[in-house]
Amino acid sequence: MRKMAKIEIRNLTKAFYKKQLSVTALDDISLSIGEGEFVCIVGPSGCGKTTLLRILAGLEQPSVGEFEIRSEQEGRPLQSLVFQERGVIPWLTVKENVAFGLKMRKMPKDVIRERTEYYLKKTGLDRFSHLYPKELSGGMKQRVSIARAFANDPEILLMDEPFAALDEQNKFILQEELLSIWSETKKTVIFITHSIDEALLLSDRILLMSAQPGKIIQQVKIDTPRPRTVEDIRKDPKLAAQFVDIWKHLQDEVQHSRQENR
Amino acid sequence: MKKDKATIGSDPYEIEQREWKHRQSKERYKQLLTIASPIFLLLLWEVMSRTGIMDIRFFPPPSAILGTFVKMIASGAMADHIGVSLYRIFAGFLAGVIPGVVIGLLMGLYSPIRHFVQPIVMALMPIPTLALLPIIIILFGIGDLSKVVTIAGSVFFPVVINTAAGVLNIDRIYLDVANNYGAGKVQFFFKIALPGALPVMLEGIQMGQAIALLTIVAAEMMGATSGIGYLIWTSYKAFLLQEMYVGLILISFFGYLFSLMLRGLQKKLLPWR
Repeated sequence: MRKMAKIEIRNLTKAFYKKQLSVTALDDISLSIGEGEFVCIVGPSGCGKTTLLRILAGLEQPSVGEFEIRSEQEGRPLQSLVFQERGVIPWLTVKENVAFGLKMRKMPKDVIRERTEYYLKKTGLDRFSHLYPKELSGGMKQRVSIARAFANDPEILLMDEPFAALDEQNKFILQEELLSIWSETKKTVIFITHSIDEALLLSDRILLMSAQPGKIIQQVKIDTPRPRTVEDIRKDPKLAAQFVDIWKHLQDEVQHSRQENR
Repeated sequence: MKKDKATIGSDPYEIEQREWKHRQSKERYKQLLTIASPIFLLLLWEVMSRTGIMDIRFFPPPSAILGTFVKMIASGAMADHIGVSLYRIFAGFLAGVIPGVVIGLLMGLYSPIRHFVQPIVMALMPIPTLALLPIIIILFGIGDLSKVVTIAGSVFFPVVINTAAGVLNIDRIYLDVANNYGAGKVQFFFKIALPGALPVMLEGIQMGQAIALLTIVAAEMMGATSGIGYLIWTSYKAFLLQEMYVGLILISFFGYLFSLMLRGLQKKLLPWR
């Protein structure tokens, strides 16, 4: 049973040009991601993983190449992005932030209310719905960001290191919350991280990226059954082996690019 | 060590409550200081004037100024001066703020407009509107209109500059959020650009308010037949210094009052800060 591709990326290249110095952030990336698949992209910082996500999010144009997100349902937005941090708009209340995408798309009022309330409750934000973001902790703010993306009901979800700024405990809690919402909606997700643990916990497939030029150098399938917990990741010998494998790959990459830059 | 045990032994809420009460009384103390400082200044003035440390002819005591003020109110002339000045200040303030906000927003939102308008604003800003007063009087007469135009001209600049800066300083990430979630032009303006620019814009308006008061006095000294500035000027020329001080203190009072009002407005408009 082969899944139909939800996202097709073909020969995508992105270069940045700055006065004589041009950098190839993404080098000829081709990729196909299936419906409902949870894919993590792992790589050292500066490898262009955020650039790839921003291109998919429509915030940047590729230099060469193209991509396609298959639309299932008329009127649905193609993608929604969960930002790294600070993506929550400070002058809107929690509720207004969660409803933001729906409001921008001028959905009917009752639909906005219903979906906003559903995801506020799902993320445990319903008690804080009238507060402004400055009154929230970092973890709560990221919950707002996630609720906003899910409430928008896009074809695919893009996540740009959403938990990177959180402390370990909060991170685990949010990861599990994310998985629980995800398993309910079965959305296709591209999730960027530099944490191998996070990738092992969340993904069906991990893509490893190299830096400068940004390339996908390896793919790892994670078929450990769900639901997975943080403890499983640490105990499972197969996952432990995969961790080491990915770790070595990234290590090689970092060494490699270091030598080249010398 | 023993002390620690004693604190642990008692009710933690009680300790926190005591702590909270302590902070509250500290806050009240600070408020008291704020109220006390102008009163202190007036008292000092009163004493120094009465004891002759300061020349009573040039610095009449505040109590005497207050007496003069009451007399002037009773004679009926005062209300007219205050009324006409307030009218000019408000009209001039609005006539400067409204185009300032509109043009500032346009400059912030559209870079071609910004690049075209910015040099004009920068070149005109250093020219004191008051230096143009003779021309303004020729164009707009010696009535209210020339004063309103003078104030508007002075208020316009800080407002336009701060409004444009307010839009430009909105964090890029919010523009990305708006983009990613498909905000249209109108929605972008009302949900992102306007609220995001508001804090810095209000600072500019606050500055404009102060400039409006600075300008009114000078504008009413030339080619005017009424107003607080006129009162100050004619009293000074007749060496009626108590009357002059009444005018000066009125200006200072209104400046303080308007600042408080704008701060209140700021708190209302920016609950998220």
